[in-house]
Amino acid sequence: MPKVTMRVNGREVSGEVEGRTLLVQFLREGLGLTGTHVGCDTSQCGACTVHVNGLQVKSCTTFALDVDGAEVTTIEGMANADGSLSVIQQAFQDHHGLQCGFCTPGMVMAAAALLKENPKPTEAQIRHHLEGNICRCTGYHNIVKAVLAASGQDVSAIAAE
Amino acid sequence: MPKDGIGASIKRREDVRFLTGTGRYTDDINLRGQSYAWFVRSQVAHGKLNKVDTTAAAKMPGVLRIFTAKDFEGVGGLPCGWQIHDRHGKPMLEPKHPVLAEGKVRHVGDPIAVVVAETEAQARDAADAVVIDIDELPAVLDMKAAVAGGPLVHDDIGSNLCYDWGFVEENKAATDAAFAKADHVTTLELVNNRLAPNAMEPRAAIGDYDFATDMHTLYTTSQNPHVIRLLMGAFVLGIPEHKLRVVAPDVGGGFGSKIYHYAEEAFVTFAAKQLRRPVKWTATRSESFITDAQGRDHVTKIELALDKQGHFLALRTETYANMGAYLSTFSTAIPTYLHGTLMAGTYKTPHIYVNVKAVFTNTVPVDAYRGAGRPEATYQIERVIDKAARELGLDPLEIRRRNFIKADEFPYQTPVAVVYDTGDYDATMNKLESLADLAGFEKRRAESAKAGKLRGLGVNTYIEACGIAPSHLVGQLGARAGLYESATVRVNATGGVVVMTGSHSHGQGHETTFPQVIAEMIGIPVESVEIVHGDTANVPMGMGTYGSRSLAVGGSAMVKATNKIIAKAKKIAAHLMEASDADIELKDGKFSVAGTDKSVEWGAVCLAAYVPHNYPLESLEPGLEETAFYDPSNFTYPSGAYACEVEVDPDTGHVKVCAFTAVDDFGNVVNPMIVEGQVHGGIGQGIGQALLEHAVYDGNGQMIAGSFMDYAMPRAGDLPFYKVDHSCATPCTHNPLGVKGCGEAGAIGSPPAVVNAVVDALQRAGKKVSHIDMPLSPYRVWSAIQNA
Repeated sequence: MPKVTMRVNGREVSGEVEGRTLLVQFLREGLGLTGTHVGCDTSQCGACTVHVNGLQVKSCTTFALDVDGAEVTTIEGMANADGSLSVIQQAFQDHHGLQCGFCTPGMVMAAAALLKENPKPTEAQIRHHLEGNICRCTGYHNIVKAVLAASGQDVSAIAAE
Repeated sequence: MPKDGIGASIKRREDVRFLTGTGRYTDDINLRGQSYAWFVRSQVAHGKLNKVDTTAAAKMPGVLRIFTAKDFEGVGGLPCGWQIHDRHGKPMLEPKHPVLAEGKVRHVGDPIAVVVAETEAQARDAADAVVIDIDELPAVLDMKAAVAGGPLVHDDIGSNLCYDWGFVEENKAATDAAFAKADHVTTLELVNNRLAPNAMEPRAAIGDYDFATDMHTLYTTSQNPHVIRLLMGAFVLGIPEHKLRVVAPDVGGGFGSKIYHYAEEAFVTFAAKQLRRPVKWTATRSESFITDAQGRDHVTKIELALDKQGHFLALRTETYANMGAYLSTFSTAIPTYLHGTLMAGTYKTPHIYVNVKAVFTNTVPVDAYRGAGRPEATYQIERVIDKAARELGLDPLEIRRRNFIKADEFPYQTPVAVVYDTGDYDATMNKLESLADLAGFEKRRAESAKAGKLRGLGVNTYIEACGIAPSHLVGQLGARAGLYESATVRVNATGGVVVMTGSHSHGQGHETTFPQVIAEMIGIPVESVEIVHGDTANVPMGMGTYGSRSLAVGGSAMVKATNKIIAKAKKIAAHLMEASDADIELKDGKFSVAGTDKSVEWGAVCLAAYVPHNYPLESLEPGLEETAFYDPSNFTYPSGAYACEVEVDPDTGHVKVCAFTAVDDFGNVVNPMIVEGQVHGGIGQGIGQALLEHAVYDGNGQMIAGSFMDYAMPRAGDLPFYKVDHSCATPCTHNPLGVKGCGEAGAIGSPPAVVNAVVDALQRAGKKVSHIDMPLSPYRVWSAIQNA
């Protein structure tokens, strides 16, 4: 079987994979990084979102072999160096931007990619950017609010906690 | 009172693991020596199963064994948990629901065979090589056709009509008489669209078996592991409860779909013993669409009789409720006792008669989905009232106010069996009027009109019965289980508290809110309390989480157990302070003797309980651990008033939700942040039902909305920010916390608000449209405009 090598959350890893092995399978089963989730099989839900070379990708539609040599960041690599929650993660907790937690890793990764491109997005821009990430629990209210807050914008006028 | 006790919006402790990728969902668990199952499923909706040829597949790489129905001879079928008796006292028709299809397949997705292999890829490859010989039969999909001589889904029971239920049957004559005398009758035919629950975590199950101890373990995506242990152990596999452990670890949403006992759970548990290896199965989303129990799917005719002033005189309905191909665990109770009992809504209607015909079709089984029966009841009532208001020229708020049960009329006996304990429907409506700024609507409408958009306003109320349920009552009504809850409170020697609860959290935040209650009761920091749930080996008993019951029933069991703890701790404190038990007071984590300055800390009492050097051993056992069971004496009755404003694009029929306001009465609230989050999520699902979602079958019984490409899940751009309020609280009178439950309200109250708003927008634009069936897709709305 072919061998693949990549840097995941700053650590060089390698493993043997089949041609059909998806990046998400390599992360979850090969590396035990189970924070990246699989919520669908049509590349719609975004629970599998990771960063490859700094860009947001859906790891359920990416072959592991296609990212040979790449820099991959998953939800496990998002906290601060001291283990504390990053600004985005903390905003999700502060504003109750998650309930069951299953879509959350993908939401955080998508939000991080947005804020890198657009540090002060509008509500509409956030909603548009999260088009490829489905949440069934929150009605998105607190997710959008958390991303606004993570970008340093005042969310006190938005109703509810 | 601690600052993080009842009423504080403290942050959720469970978030840290979910935000760092360290949650532990079923599919994250991998056991040593694990094998993988892949199901071969029917690709036709109805057919005679002639032969399953596994010869070629069995020779494929990695295949351990292929199972078919033959392997399950002597194994029980999946049970239905609620027996309904029909209008004439006859028990419902109850067909067998085998683990793997026997002789016939009855819906697309019906499992026929299972390949177990060394890897998931090998199992999947081999499953493709299993040859199935099926003679396809005509599928029956339309409910009225099914009961009018359509092909039989189950030949052996002789009919597609599961039951024909009347409620309350004795009301029928008086209801008909009231209609005969009424000044006005409003009639509405409507469809409550079939929905796919779509929790974001697909179902998964791992079976494990320990040969040395004959112990079975099932890890599963369940809202109620004890219920699965009971159903699977007692009815399907014949495993005694002490030899079966069921673990539901982190669960990624449920919304009802993870209440039921499914074939895959029984399969992996069974196969693990046969193979003496763990067997794992994880659904693909495509599989979820054809195997997870779906929701709603009612076709209803509702009639409302009124006098000239718009007072309700009587209400009469006829509903066809789709059961799908088999009876799922609670399927039969949803269109009956969770629907008919709520048909009074928030109104005084003297005569009500509900008729429900439950029908078998060649579709995926239908069962509870967020709200479960209560959204169907609310939608009918609130749509027909809106139509009646238009016909009589009454304001939609005024007609509701004119018929509300008034605040001084509680407890209120409805004509449909239930007694509401508390409520103040005028207060919630008044609050809604101000919070949603209904007075400013005309101005906003004029703004929309300038942009070429038709703005509409929809208002409605809802009531629900939560805190399921009094066991003696549901037993009389056909439930095959009790619906109490249990909790064990274990105090450690150093004062920390562990609560083992039969409730299960799959997004609701119990690990945060339950400790708030304990912290408040004892006066200790919330960090001193830990919650254990989701494992039958750790929790004495439990009926799980659904029907907005966790705090009202599970929380009440926890309060009862904690009261026992406090009573015993007071005896220990009395001994330590050489005082009488009756004089001991507990405040802020300190026991004191009334009228003196003597006191002893919580921690010192706990230590004495486990290090009983100075302890009344002759009259009191050491230790500080208590278990309590709580069985509610009534349902709880959350209620509320909702308003939705929409803009309709007359050129395309597209509906935009501009504003949504929800005023709820949940009684007392433990964590407002979490309660509001529950409402947000419910509203999101309700707007989804009203505008986007529909689990559609084609004429052959193929689920054509079978992926997220085809099934329109609400996305961030489809929804607005919501305004929510729960300040009009009338606490529940019969549980110790005065709580009512908040999990389903949003999904119950929001669909009629959206539809009322769209009809309002079209009516204000002069279009004679009295109803559009959900989902209000652009095509349906555009067509309604064209045909008006």
